[in-house]
Amino acid sequence: MTSDTWHQRESYSFDRNTIAEIRRAANTGIYRIRGWGAKRVLPTLDDLVFLGASMSRYPLEGYREACGTDVVIGNGRAEHPVHLDIPVTIAGMSFGSLSAQAKEALGRGASAVGTSTTTGDGGMTEEERGHSTKLVYQYLPSRYGMNPDDLRRADAIEVVVGQGAKPGGGGMLLGQKITERVAEMRTLPEGIDQRSACRHPDWTGPDDLAIKIIELREIVDWRVPVYVKLGAARPYYDTALAVKAGADAIVVDGMQGGTAATQDVFIEHVGIPTLAAIPEAVRALRELGVHREVKLIAAGGIRSGADVAKALALGADVVSIGTAALIAIGDNDPGYDAEYRALGSAAGFWEDYQDGTDPAGITTQDPDLSARLDPVIGGRRLANYLQVLTLETQTLARACGKSHVLNLEPEDLAALTVEAAAMAGVPLAGTGWIPGTSS
Amino acid sequence: MSTAIDLAEVPLRQLNQVLHDAESGGFDVLNPRGAHAVACGITTNVTVEVAGSVGYYCAGMHQVGTVVVNGNSGPGLAENIMSGTVRTTGNASMSAAATGCGGLVVIEGDAGARCGISMKGVDIVVGGSIGHMGAFMAQAGNLVVLGDAGADLGDSIYEAVLYVRGEVESLGSDCVEKEMRPEHLAAVRHLLQAADMTASPADFRRYGSERQMYSFHVDDIDAELAEGAGAVK
Repeated sequence: MTSDTWHQRESYSFDRNTIAEIRRAANTGIYRIRGWGAKRVLPTLDDLVFLGASMSRYPLEGYREACGTDVVIGNGRAEHPVHLDIPVTIAGMSFGSLSAQAKEALGRGASAVGTSTTTGDGGMTEEERGHSTKLVYQYLPSRYGMNPDDLRRADAIEVVVGQGAKPGGGGMLLGQKITERVAEMRTLPEGIDQRSACRHPDWTGPDDLAIKIIELREIVDWRVPVYVKLGAARPYYDTALAVKAGADAIVVDGMQGGTAATQDVFIEHVGIPTLAAIPEAVRALRELGVHREVKLIAAGGIRSGADVAKALALGADVVSIGTAALIAIGDNDPGYDAEYRALGSAAGFWEDYQDGTDPAGITTQDPDLSARLDPVIGGRRLANYLQVLTLETQTLARACGKSHVLNLEPEDLAALTVEAAAMAGVPLAGTGWIPGTSS
Repeated sequence: MSTAIDLAEVPLRQLNQVLHDAESGGFDVLNPRGAHAVACGITTNVTVEVAGSVGYYCAGMHQVGTVVVNGNSGPGLAENIMSGTVRTTGNASMSAAATGCGGLVVIEGDAGARCGISMKGVDIVVGGSIGHMGAFMAQAGNLVVLGDAGADLGDSIYEAVLYVRGEVESLGSDCVEKEMRPEHLAAVRHLLQAADMTASPADFRRYGSERQMYSFHVDDIDAELAEGAGAVK
């Protein structure tokens, strides 16, 4: 006789989520669109550990000795390089996808600890310019809200080729978030489902990009640095081409990087993890002899000082955070759990940034919901969080005997899995073995 | 009296800095020899005459005043123009007036592919023909073509208005021909006049968005069935 559990065992291939998604697709005829980033299990920076100092290494006093955290971007080309006090920045997120209050909170938090925040697909708002002492202006394929006056008000320009959540794809903002103000800034009809361009309208390859960067520099009289942002796909080649095009900094965004609205199939199945992307970008920079000169900004799923320190040890100069910053200012707040549940989710799980119904007032354009977010408090929370990331990074760097966080190096790391060892190019813990090398 | 700046003698950086620092006046740019980013980022009421052909992004992000290229222009002529006037007496390569938000761009000859791509309010008048994918994702503004238009004109167009006198090889997704009403004849007349071109507005045909791609189509069979079941009850 067969037991009941036999008849209720779940299929590995067709588990309950898969069945639910097939049923949803059959009912609606449209792919699933959502926010957040990849939710599948991926190789991550958690698969690395620091070795720390012991007999053969000399640590620094954890609470006393100096451990620098500052980074300068654009030294050499730009008249006014970007000076960051900490190696953590806020990633590009648009007004439109986020409320004006959220943009202000991000600016306030970043400014309080001496780092930069970034505009997004839709232009620059007064809220973010006014509250960001260092603001990076994204130059995107859609050119929504693109304005040369704002370009000149920026502290750096970031040419966006792609983002980690969707390398090869354009932005998306659904009609419920295209309010009068958002529509006006983007020159679009109110309430449409906006699908942004995925490639730039006036250049088609790295040779063209080199000329585009010259044009941007000429327009701002060579005052500020120019970054190039890449979705992590082929980071070795893409980084090399971005260097050739003349970038001062290269942002490599791994597939854990978030989005306000993208097809789920894109989020989960395009791009490579941050862990795999950083070493490849660093390899390109080293081979070109510009590592630490052209700065590498790593992004995608950065959550803690451990992630920051590991990214730096792998060779990044700076990390960039998006999802974590939103959580810090109040996204998925348990205080709104009942409202998240009313939306069919729960605090800690909610991902429907595209809907504009965010109870926390962050990923919405609804004036009543937006008003729930106090940008001053949100800014303080973000500043605290950024401070913790920095303190944690310093703690780990001192434990490895480093007087500056940028002195961290791959030699300080070991991998816990064969996959991580191969991707990061560091030995499997307890061995000297790096997969893919002769030893 | 104009000030002459010879690109055979001074670097591009010096040219653009002079133009950015000038509050008004006329400038003659000599020996451009296909240089890129000539006269880009102008913010004051200057008049620039370029004696020869230019490369990429001439008059990029132009905001005030006039730039005239007495020759051909490379890709991205007057890209993201905000206001003012940019004219090329010859042909323009791909992506002319791309993403332009305002002002007037006049191309006396032909324009290449993607003329007016993602235009956001600029007026463009082309004396000759344009290549494929003209006005791709065009959001606002007017494109007047006295010659022919290549394949996929106006693909994924929003609220921009396209007027073509000659043949259109094919229309892109969601772009349809629309009636030429009196206000459109008047608009073409005005644009031709502004561009200093002669043609009969009645010879043009108008194209614009069918607005079928503005929103995703979302079915809901379950709701339909539930509603039907409710009706039975």
